[in-house]
Amino acid sequence: MDASLSQEPNRGRRTLAAAIYGWVDERLDLTGLIAHAREKAVPEHRHSFWYYWGGISLFFFVVQVLSGILLLVYYRPGPEAYESVRQITYDIQFGWLIRSAHSWSANLMVLAVFVHMFSVFFMRAYRKPREFGWWTGLILLGLTLVFGFSGYLLPMDDLAYFATKVGLEIPAAIPLVGTLVTEIVRGGPEITDVTIQRFFALHVVILPFLYLPFLAIHVWLVQKHGNALPPSEEAKPEPERRSIRFFPDFFAKDMGMWLLSLNILAILASLFPWQLGPQADELAAAPQGIHPEWYFMSQFQILKVFGRWFPGAVGEFLGIGLFTAGLIIWAVIPFIDSRSASGSRARTAFYIGLAALLGLIAITIWGYWEL
Amino acid sequence: MINESTIKEIISSQGEDEPEGEDMSRRSFLWMGAGAIGAVYIGAIGYPVYRYLATPAERAAQAAAVTQTTLDGADKLPVNTALMFKFGTKPAMLIRHADGTFSAFNAVCTHLGCTVAYDTAAAKITCACHGGEYDPTSGSNLAGPPPKPLTRFNVEVQDGRVTVARA
Ligand code: FES
Repeated sequence: MDASLSQEPNRGRRTLAAAIYGWVDERLDLTGLIAHAREKAVPEHRHSFWYYWGGISLFFFVVQVLSGILLLVYYRPGPEAYESVRQITYDIQFGWLIRSAHSWSANLMVLAVFVHMFSVFFMRAYRKPREFGWWTGLILLGLTLVFGFSGYLLPMDDLAYFATKVGLEIPAAIPLVGTLVTEIVRGGPEITDVTIQRFFALHVVILPFLYLPFLAIHVWLVQKHGNALPPSEEAKPEPERRSIRFFPDFFAKDMGMWLLSLNILAILASLFPWQLGPQADELAAAPQGIHPEWYFMSQFQILKVFGRWFPGAVGEFLGIGLFTAGLIIWAVIPFIDSRSASGSRARTAFYIGLAALLGLIAITIWGYWEL
Repeated sequence: MINESTIKEIISSQGEDEPEGEDMSRRSFLWMGAGAIGAVYIGAIGYPVYRYLATPAERAAQAAAVTQTTLDGADKLPVNTALMFKFGTKPAMLIRHADGTFSAFNAVCTHLGCTVAYDTAAAKITCACHGGEYDPTSGSNLAGPPPKPLTRFNVEVQDGRVTVARA
């Protein structure tokens, strides 16, 4: 009976834990929640890898929120913006690391969001009943890109200044209202302290305020509809399909992905710290090869090339027209390919997706090539 | 009814009875390993964040560690007036008495930390917050709630410069 004696304190602790659990459970029905999570199944097949990218995007978003709050402790928008980022980078202990993590995580988040979007596309997960998941996802993508664009200006070094200048050419090229809209966004014809102040408000208040409800709906829809099967699995008869439990199996793998993402971020942020260039100077010439961030490169390049082919407003009009048409097709894809079975509609959608993916990659590479 | 065994059934991934003996120790070893790795991550993230947030406090502690300050031209201070200055990070006060001698104090009230003032008419140091009063030469608490005298600094005058130092 020695063993039972030595387990006595453990027992006591467990009874206390059970009592606390019981108390909370009576009020929040944790048991029901866990039971539900254990009943929930996630399909398991050779494309399962792509199911993790929404979670990875979410992880980087959480990192953005936390590191962003930390940066907010020392960042000062307005005329002192550059000086405050200089202090964060070179003066405040570990400030460089927090800023570097925020910048790297922003890029990784955009990347993860793109991977997530294309994997959802090729799994045809936009079909009934998941259309709203697709549309909220597109809205979240748009907001993510605006997050990236507005955050890029905030340090106000020369790269930020000129990349924003160049980037604002994209909305400025919108026919009729472009100049007006751009001047309102920029707070005048030039990028000044006023621009930083409004980009800051956009970045830390307006965008999160818009982003969070859409994120909540998006995640709730995933929970409601579950993971979609890719066409190759749909073709299999029911008994041949395999699945794993959402909790704990899928959840554990999901957390494993988060841990992997955290490690990759830590390595990038600490070994390749994000640099701060010289302070923006409106009288200084733009540095050679100035270009926007990689995720705006394709739009930038299209505008540039169309401007070359069709000089004047025609080129801008055609360039903008091309994205708009592309975006509209992208948004209505659930209507184009709505059947559950694969058919010619599904093939069309597949080729649209392939063209979009390869087109974006090729134009981006072309853009970097021409720098 | 919720009791321990139903919870275990729900939580344990196998839904079986508690593993015995070797299984048990292997399991607790794994949990300990996971806990240790978790602690390393928390430390690796928590330490930089702590130092980041603590930077101003650390800088202030360094600034507060100064032992003396030189006040240029303070020898021209009119009699029966006081000069406020910063000693390290805290406000301090240099008083020139009617006889031309100097006294210097930490100007933080020993009651609840308000900054004290020199009352020329009464030739006393007073605190507006709760009516504390101090002696302008010794700094001792004369009236009101202050529990202790003001911290006194040493004053030295040399070639037109007044040097205030920690006593
Ligand atoms: S703080 Fe000075 S008397 Fe209370």
